[in-house]
Amino acid sequence: MPESKGKTISEKILSAKSSTNAYAGDVVEAEIDYVMVNDITGPIAFREFDTLSCEPMRDKMILVPDHFVPNKDVPSAEQAKEMREFARKHRIENYYEVGRGGICHQVMIDEGFVAPGRLIVGADSHTCTYGALGAFSTGVGSTEAAACFAEGKLWFKVPESIKIKLSGGFQKYVSGKDLILKMIGDIGVDGANYKTLEFSGRGVGSMTVSDRLTVANMVVEAGAKAGIFPADKATDDFLRGTLRGRYEKVSPDKGAQYLTEREYDLSTLDYMVALPHSPGNVRPASEVQVPIDQAFLGSCTNGRIEDMRVAASIMKGKKVHPSVRMIVVPASTKVYRQVLQEGLIQIFTDAGAFVSGPTCAACLGGHMGVLAEGERCVSSTNRNFVGRMGHKNSEVYLAGPAVVAASALAGRIVVPNAVV
Amino acid sequence: MDQMKGRVWKFGDHVDTDQIIPAERLTSDNTDRLGLFAFGKIRPDFVKTVKAGDIIVAGRNFGCGSSREHAPRALKQAGVSCVVAESFARIFFRNSINVGLLPIECKVDADEGDPIRIQPDEGTIVNESTGKTFKFRQYPPFIKDLIESGGLMAKIREKGRCSR
Repeated sequence: MPESKGKTISEKILSAKSSTNAYAGDVVEAEIDYVMVNDITGPIAFREFDTLSCEPMRDKMILVPDHFVPNKDVPSAEQAKEMREFARKHRIENYYEVGRGGICHQVMIDEGFVAPGRLIVGADSHTCTYGALGAFSTGVGSTEAAACFAEGKLWFKVPESIKIKLSGGFQKYVSGKDLILKMIGDIGVDGANYKTLEFSGRGVGSMTVSDRLTVANMVVEAGAKAGIFPADKATDDFLRGTLRGRYEKVSPDKGAQYLTEREYDLSTLDYMVALPHSPGNVRPASEVQVPIDQAFLGSCTNGRIEDMRVAASIMKGKKVHPSVRMIVVPASTKVYRQVLQEGLIQIFTDAGAFVSGPTCAACLGGHMGVLAEGERCVSSTNRNFVGRMGHKNSEVYLAGPAVVAASALAGRIVVPNAVV
Repeated sequence: MDQMKGRVWKFGDHVDTDQIIPAERLTSDNTDRLGLFAFGKIRPDFVKTVKAGDIIVAGRNFGCGSSREHAPRALKQAGVSCVVAESFARIFFRNSINVGLLPIECKVDADEGDPIRIQPDEGTIVNESTGKTFKFRQYPPFIKDLIESGGLMAKIREKGRCSR
């Protein structure tokens, strides 16, 4: 391949991290900046790692209990204990205890591990979230995480990229969630299988970092390996104060090769909902109208302070519908503190919602909001597979924070305009 | 790689890892008995009648969703010898190799229960019920090497790369 051929962001980061001149299709062994595991994927990684006799790359490792904590039962307590003991035994400093962390991806961001140009893997499929800040990040398995503990590197097939050109800006209450749901509906749940979705265009600048995080978080729902936004001033501003180390922004070269291109005008986007049982089963929210039993606001997708503020602005002075339970779960201790300081917990509580400390909670049907047979939940989370949030005959409708809040008040899925 | 023979369990497109093994089973006490819960919510008959060596034949995007390595481990522990699918979700594909469950990308016409025979080195799958043969592409050299080594952990041990 000629040296001069332009590169995508993925090709640039994977080239730099493998000290090669890599292009899509090449297999490289690359140095990772960080590897993260949670309480579900961690224990298998710990057992695999302990079959080797070597020193862990402790500065690169981040351990976050979040899925089944605070411990929901004895097996989850034992599992969380296994993580705690592994951290102690191997002197892993980056272990985030319950009450001092939260959902792993939000912790990674809050604690400054994520920055443009970094290569980060995590034994959790939503590790792709960090692409919002210009990193190449992707989900791996427990054994691969264990290999990273040992070697600090991993093999990657350099993915082809699909360019997503964004223009315009969102209308009030329409958000990154509506964009990514619309995209998954358009391209399908394997429409970006093995690929990177690389975002570009003026529309990027109009999006908050929080919205970019929501979009990047769910690219895996279209099968993507990564979803990357080019870093800009908003990225710099976001990272100021929390960042560890330094970074250099990575932009795609002129002449970089893309598999295809798609365009989205953010100003024409509508509120979207993914109906059961696929994130690709997407319709405009106004067409859905189904009654709900539960509304869930939280998760690595939409549990940030911006999401909480949107929901609170819709719910302020109003009451959650009598037949609905609303559950609000800030994504991290940092977000929880902000929600507390800004008086949002007061608003949610006055409205009749339940507010908890940070955890993955009901998102994956673990605890704190598991659904009974026949129940329906409108949820700001990322997956609505069969039985994802509980009983196999329960239903999850994925939506943005504004639709979740409005629907909680109305008792059925509605657009925000119906209640404000 | 050895030849594999088994009965077909048919699945459609986009089988997600929550279906393969639901989240509530993902605790360490279940690590060595994940097979008992495979497809528990959607096909309770599976674990009751699956036999060692059985083969899953599926459509597109098998193993999408969560990165849980418990999913290929559950299938392997249940006795499944191989998953043949039109395409795989990427994390499931990588995890399968690391836990010793062979993922084969191939479109196969087979009915539930058909006996099929897979010859990995020849890249062929024969449906012994219909007599039809299906060909699949060889793995790229890097992946082939990884499979033959027994996955990533075995590879690290083999090379002694970890002794720092």
